[in-house]
Amino acid sequence: MSANVQAIESYRNSFLKEVEANVEEGDWVKMCMQCGVCSGSCPLGPYWEHPPQEIFMLIRAGKREEVLKSSSMWMCTSCYNCIARCPRELPITHIMHGLATYAERLGMAPKNQPTRKFALKFWDNLTKKGRVNELKLGVSLYFMNGFVEGIKTALKAMPLGMNMYKTKRLNPMEYFGGHGVKDTSGLKAILKKAEEIELAKLKKTDA
Amino acid sequence: MSDVKIGAYICQGCGLGDRLDTAQLAQVAQRDAKANVVKEHEFLCSEAGIKMIQEDIDNEGVNRVAICACSRRAKTEAFTFEGVAVTRANLREGVIWVRPDTDEARETTQDMADDYVRMAVTEVKYQSPPTPNQETSYTRDILVVGGGVSGMTAALEASRAGYPVTIVEKTGALGGHAAHAWKGIPMHAPYADPEDNIVDELIAKVEADSNITVFLNSTLSRTDGAPGRFVAHIAQESGPVTDRKFGAIIQASGYRDFDANELPEFGYASNANVVTQTELDAMAKEANGAPLKTKDGKEVKNVVFIQCVGQRSDKEGHLPYCSGHCCLTSIKQAMYFKDANPDIDTNVIYTDLRTPGAGGEDFYRSGQRKGVTFTKGVVSEVVAEGDRLAVKFKDLILDEDTVEIADLVVLATGMVPNSGVDIEAIAKPADDEEEVDADGEVEPPQVELPVESILNLSYRQGPDLPHLKYGFNDSHFICFPYETRRTGIYTTGPVRRPMDAQQAMEDATGAALKAIQAVENAGKGRAAHPRSGDLSFPSFRREGCTQCKRCTVECPFGAIDEDEERYPQFNEARCRRCGTCMGACPVRVISFENYSVDTVGQQLKNIDIPDEFEEKPRILVLACENDAYPALDMAGMNGVEYSAFARIIPVRCLGSVNLIWITDAMNSGYDGVILMGCQKGENYQCHFVKGSEIAHIRMSKVDDTLQSLSLEPERVATYEIAITDIERAPKLINDMAETIEKIGMSPFKF
Repeated sequence: MSANVQAIESYRNSFLKEVEANVEEGDWVKMCMQCGVCSGSCPLGPYWEHPPQEIFMLIRAGKREEVLKSSSMWMCTSCYNCIARCPRELPITHIMHGLATYAERLGMAPKNQPTRKFALKFWDNLTKKGRVNELKLGVSLYFMNGFVEGIKTALKAMPLGMNMYKTKRLNPMEYFGGHGVKDTSGLKAILKKAEEIELAKLKKTDA
Repeated sequence: MSDVKIGAYICQGCGLGDRLDTAQLAQVAQRDAKANVVKEHEFLCSEAGIKMIQEDIDNEGVNRVAICACSRRAKTEAFTFEGVAVTRANLREGVIWVRPDTDEARETTQDMADDYVRMAVTEVKYQSPPTPNQETSYTRDILVVGGGVSGMTAALEASRAGYPVTIVEKTGALGGHAAHAWKGIPMHAPYADPEDNIVDELIAKVEADSNITVFLNSTLSRTDGAPGRFVAHIAQESGPVTDRKFGAIIQASGYRDFDANELPEFGYASNANVVTQTELDAMAKEANGAPLKTKDGKEVKNVVFIQCVGQRSDKEGHLPYCSGHCCLTSIKQAMYFKDANPDIDTNVIYTDLRTPGAGGEDFYRSGQRKGVTFTKGVVSEVVAEGDRLAVKFKDLILDEDTVEIADLVVLATGMVPNSGVDIEAIAKPADDEEEVDADGEVEPPQVELPVESILNLSYRQGPDLPHLKYGFNDSHFICFPYETRRTGIYTTGPVRRPMDAQQAMEDATGAALKAIQAVENAGKGRAAHPRSGDLSFPSFRREGCTQCKRCTVECPFGAIDEDEERYPQFNEARCRRCGTCMGACPVRVISFENYSVDTVGQQLKNIDIPDEFEEKPRILVLACENDAYPALDMAGMNGVEYSAFARIIPVRCLGSVNLIWITDAMNSGYDGVILMGCQKGENYQCHFVKGSEIAHIRMSKVDDTLQSLSLEPERVATYEIAITDIERAPKLINDMAETIEKIGMSPFKF
């Protein structure tokens, strides 16, 4: 976009309306009064590219790419400090996760953001059998950043694993299949239906 | 003073009888102070005690009563006696409560009490019971200057209370500034949408009220008189001048917009689509709900509101203050667009959003809910961008310079009060006093008046009310709102401080009540705030007056004019009874019936001054009755001790302190003098506004007097005391006692 086109688009409500339509609790974004209590309360605040207060302002300023491509909302650990303290009672944590989900759905989320990677693995793991397979999830996390690093991490964790095995806290057989909910196909049908509803919503706002 | 009969009554209650030798006090009253009747009572404020005093007044002819008990601030109702002069010796808060109950302290504590009894009896000897001002004919009519929201509300409220009202409006229609607005900031819950303009309803009510007379296209060509008897000369445009009598005046002259042409960076002069809030409201009123267009007739898609234009700024020529209504007005105006078409983008660029009033925050939220964008930023420039406008600003949240393209830019310029002539700016500075004395007269100032006068008062001090700050006619806004420095003339609405219509209506109601109070006080010859109900008033001994005019210049309330023979003319109804004239008078001819150079001067001369070798110094404390004296009383209540060498005399205002008292005290052998007044200057707390300031100026010259007596300058100290200085005020007294210990006793003890 050229500088002029950007100026014409800046501080328009178009992106705000997009957020309101597609992001969980996105309706609340316009109610922020820019006090900054959320940014000051966030334990990870100093590490965010744009703390929540800025995210809200960026949305109002119409900076679509800057928001959706940001790694910021992936930094949220759901501690709920911001929600507890927001004088305007904005559900900030939900909005952050909502924005992250929306960015992911649009394919704009930063590819190598570790929280995003973990979230995807968690989702894949969970939706297979309806139960989290902790062993598989753990091992796949070891290998998240490559094979060699995975071996090293696994070796480091071995004594803990052995101890857990001895006290029957870890069943190696879980790695092969593992337990799940009673009606796996039913679960899959539910998830499929939910996805359809979401996509339909998305298409509607596109039109 | 032929048949003066003094009764001194000594109370033994509240521990006075245990701590003090009251028999000795009675002896002092009788033998030293020459009281005619002296009685002790174990519980003076009881029914029996009061009855005893009343019987003496009725049967024994006692007409001067000295109550030697608690502070004059306590038991005021019990110790009120009609038709006689009453004074108090403060033996409780001023003696036993500030002194330790020990054997070694007993003697000095008793000395203290003895002196206070002497002082009280002496004071009352020189007082006479005040008789009200004889000027009892008065009119109950109230004049309201300005027919806007404030003026109309004040008129309606006064009328509803039964007082006839006349409104003088400069323009051809009632309504004032607010009449030009399409809608108003909401005044009712849920404060979500702009409400119908209140002005039409107010005009209808005023027109329907037979108790209200309206003069349109009219100004005041001259205003004479005093509360109860103002005479306004109402000049109608192309018409006759009508003279009317009024009891009180409410000035609701409103405001004008700050001139946006002073701010070239916002492109107001060069671009028709940059408008002020007032202009936008006029556009909306004309459109009356139809979509607003740009000046060249195009559809408006994007509006930017810029807050604090030339306001809250320390730049030369800008307004330093917040006008209070503009944030709410911008929200209201953004809603004009949003309510008509939610797809129009509206952005309010602010630095601090301020939405005062009960519904302010709700209205802000409603604006947000409707999709008004609020951006914390500072606009640097508005320039043309093709046929649109580019607003360049720094986004303070995102910390970046950015540009927004708009079809219409609305500027929130502030309120400039219509407060008339700044009489203090054109008056001669205080240090020209000598010159005034030399030729005995002050020429009318030759400075050209920058603005028209509103009231055209014939007061000697100038044609309008003195300004307080930034041109607003306010008084102390926490302690005594509405009061101006002209008794019986009250300001209301944005001429007093910046406010919106709702606040102006509340404000006007208050001003109407003050005006009614002033009318009634004037009718009874009583003082207005802060000596409410005081019947005394200043008079002067004509044959002693040198016509120096100092009293007319220094009166904080412009009460004193000049008569045909150039003597001061006091205008009792304008007077607040502070006594600043009495303090100013170099020949000491001004006095009140119950407060004079003698009532204080004789007190301080009639105490017992022990000789140098007894090592009992004496410190005279002249304490303002408004803050310093209560602070010292409260010190007593809180058990804060101070030196037994202090002798405290309350004064009405530090401004009433005549330098002769200082000279007399020094000549009588006092070792130190402390003056305690209220805070002066910009954040003044002086109840008479200028009294403390004037006293400080006078005292800065007291060093010469001390030098001529070969006394150390440390012996006289002037302080500003707040009512909360419960620890500090006693400490200052103790500090003076220490200083005297260092520099030695006064050589003037005989």
